[in-house]
Amino acid sequence: MTVALNTARVSPGRNAQMRAEALAGYAFATPALILIIVLLIAPIVVVFLLSLTDYQLGALDWSWVGLTNYSDMLGDRVFLRSLGNTFIYVAIVVPGSVILGLVVAILVQERTKSKAIYQTIFFLPVTTTLIAMSVVWHFLLNPALGPVTSLARALGFSDFDVFGDPDLVLVGLAVIGIWQLVGFNMILFLAGLTAIPRDLYDAADIDGADGAWDRFARVTWPMLGPTTLFVVVTTTITAFRVFDTVAVITRGNPQGRSDVLLYTLYKVGFQDFNMGPASAMTIAFLVFVLVVALAQAFIIDKRTHY
Amino acid sequence: MSGLSFHDVSKRFGQATVVDRFTLNVAEGEFVALVGPSGCGKTTSLRMLAGLEEASAGRVMVGARDVTDLPARERNLAMVFQSYALYPHLTAAENIGFALSLQGLGKATIKDRVQRAADRLGIGHLLGRRPKELSGGQRQRVAVARCIVREPAAFLFDEPLSNLDAKLRGTARIEIARLQKSLGITTLYVTHDQVEAMTMADRVVLMEAGRIRQIGTPMDLYHHPVDLFAATFLGSPAMNLLPGEVRHADGEIRFLSAGLDLRLAGTVRCAPGQVTLGLRPEALERLPPGPNRIAISGIVEHVEHLGAETLVQFAVQGAPGTVMTARVPGGWAVRAREPVALSAAQTALHLFDATGAAVPLHFTGPAQASADRLVPA
Repeated sequence: MTVALNTARVSPGRNAQMRAEALAGYAFATPALILIIVLLIAPIVVVFLLSLTDYQLGALDWSWVGLTNYSDMLGDRVFLRSLGNTFIYVAIVVPGSVILGLVVAILVQERTKSKAIYQTIFFLPVTTTLIAMSVVWHFLLNPALGPVTSLARALGFSDFDVFGDPDLVLVGLAVIGIWQLVGFNMILFLAGLTAIPRDLYDAADIDGADGAWDRFARVTWPMLGPTTLFVVVTTTITAFRVFDTVAVITRGNPQGRSDVLLYTLYKVGFQDFNMGPASAMTIAFLVFVLVVALAQAFIIDKRTHY
Repeated sequence: MSGLSFHDVSKRFGQATVVDRFTLNVAEGEFVALVGPSGCGKTTSLRMLAGLEEASAGRVMVGARDVTDLPARERNLAMVFQSYALYPHLTAAENIGFALSLQGLGKATIKDRVQRAADRLGIGHLLGRRPKELSGGQRQRVAVARCIVREPAAFLFDEPLSNLDAKLRGTARIEIARLQKSLGITTLYVTHDQVEAMTMADRVVLMEAGRIRQIGTPMDLYHHPVDLFAATFLGSPAMNLLPGEVRHADGEIRFLSAGLDLRLAGTVRCAPGQVTLGLRPEALERLPPGPNRIAISGIVEHVEHLGAETLVQFAVQGAPGTVMTARVPGGWAVRAREPVALSAAQTALHLFDATGAAVPLHFTGPAQASADRLVPA
């Protein structure tokens, strides 16, 4: 009897308290939720809605066109070409900047006194404005005036024009992309290297894995798994967004061989003012980024976090 | 399996000497504990033997083999680290078999040996798990299994129990000591915990500031500390200390300390002068002072009931500011602010001279016997 009475008396009070706590929780979460909706979700929804229209920038009337923009996009040679170019660019920049970043991080990590200096030097490209640096690169590789070409000529190589050669242009742009990303990746790898307990190397020494390669393959590399994954994902997304160098140096030339996704999107949206198709491309771009992020979250994450 | 030895091994980092002319022989099958406060050089000594740290001077030997200039893997030693240093990306089985696979042994042999080592430590059913899926105690066992699977010349332990909780530490202590005895393997064990050193080791090496202060069996160190440092480092609660002065008068030796006048009967080789009297907490008993006992009384300040025993802290009468701890049977009714009268056998006294070195006390017969005489040092 007493027990039943007690529970009957206690539970309404507890329920009220739980409700109050829940309300307080929502109240605290609301400002952040509003910001997320206004700044992140709403623009995406607006872009998606625009992609279903034939809206032209500055036009007063528009109409719904359904999925026409998407079907046009999939049949558009320029779009497909820029998509292919973007993938090639990503395929060069990601391995290039990740492997170089790791190598530089390991080399810098082993310095003691000069570590800070090397870190700063390799990080410099990250802090520069890519637009300004694109101009510098353009000059460096200029076939008539650039010092690189003069040097190549002096060494007996035949003349080459990186940004004018359809087969070289993406490679040239990718080199600039790698140059800009290595420093950032190095910093991330350095953080990962610092987090590896020294004891593991000691244990590996005693167990017999004391050569440089053994230590790297059996301790460093597996321990850097989570860092590497993060670096690959951020690098992939950054590389996917390549725009500045193309806009400044090549403008998609020669023969559209350097047309990349964001540059084509920009041309369609802000030079031709076709917001509908441009929005459809934006959604396609978002889908690719989302796929990369989801791959990180669900497939690889589980295998690299110990 | 073989013995281990250090010959005049030193380690210097720039100007600082971390280990100073360390010399030690560990017999085959012996369990030796290196104990001392943090920064005393015990871990550095162990790491120099393991080959993880280069010796600045001296030689280290494994058996008859001089290993000073050999890389760690060629020294045939196995080590358990404080953090266990398990490879987080490998399963328990892969961790244990890591060294074997580097030696290029066949898969079946490795599997068999790993299983036997794991069964021995009661972790045979956990072999498929990664370290993060294991508890602290289980990880510690994996680390030990990783050592025994290699059948090395000796085991090295670097504070292997300090990451375990108190209860687990107690059982792990017994397990490691038993395992060591049943394998009969030479073991060098570094710890800052004097209880581990006392309970597990055949011999204890007490270090301070890079130097060996005392080597001996645990009971040697406990009952015959060579100096104040050894006396206070071993034993918990620590030895009671009473600074004072020794005077010789009328064929008697008196210990005087701020109004306290203790008559040290018997033959004591102690020059007059400043000394420190040492008394273990369990030496203070509630017995009437007699011919071979000295009386110490005071006012109880604090009582800690531990059940089987009680720790009584009291302000020593006649020595203001001096507080002693007595370890008495748990049945004792004692309360704070009450007077307490205790006594200690004179054989339980320790005396240290002005430099801190122990002064040997020799007692011959009862105190009041006429033969009692001071022999000046």
